[in-house]
Amino acid sequence: MIRITAEPFDPSRELASFGQDPAIGAIATFIGQVRDEHGGGNLMALTLEHYPGMTERKLAELEDDARARWDLSQVLIVHRHGRMEVGETIVLVATASGHRQAALEACQFLIDRLKTDAPFWKLEETKAGNHWVEAKTSDDTAADRWRQ
Amino acid sequence: MKLLYFAWVRTQIGKSHEEIAKPEGVETVGDLIAHLAGRGAGYASAFARPQTIRAAINQDYVQHDHVLAATDEVALFPPVTGG
Repeated sequence: MIRITAEPFDPSRELASFGQDPAIGAIATFIGQVRDEHGGGNLMALTLEHYPGMTERKLAELEDDARARWDLSQVLIVHRHGRMEVGETIVLVATASGHRQAALEACQFLIDRLKTDAPFWKLEETKAGNHWVEAKTSDDTAADRWRQ
Repeated sequence: MKLLYFAWVRTQIGKSHEEIAKPEGVETVGDLIAHLAGRGAGYASAFARPQTIRAAINQDYVQHDHVLAATDEVALFPPVTGG
């Protein structure tokens, strides 16, 4: 299941009913949150812009890809857009499977590929002004690992 | 064509979307970017480094040599930074 939301969300509430199936033996989760990278309260807020429609479509394709590669019982991706402050959750990825390897690998696959495939852009509000975050080549490398 | 701009492409141009007729001589995404760069100062700065621009046609990523259709939804934006 894919959910894009402008509202703050609580990962523990999102996960409350996740993985409730007798056949599920393993649940893996990834939670990404806003951080003040350079410390000292430099980052005041983060705004995520996205491409409505394409975002949902790309995340649904990633879920399909993950289900084709691993035996997954459930998949959940929740992603924020709009303005958020340090400590707020940006993204939650959860996978459920019979065994841990499928759940753990699929969870990492989804967040690695989400970073390079989902049309989101981060704008940082700092004391020195606003600037768009640049894409990292390390994110491309992490995503490329799954294309082999 | 419907054109959509995101992130610093949008802020430099000063608009998020517009409709244009497919210009004469514009066949590919790369042609379109070069054409748009000549439309004024904001466009010129947004498309000053065409190799940094990513494109999606009808919500699928494409390369700059992708051939355009007159009814396409064309989105132009920087590399994505979600998650």
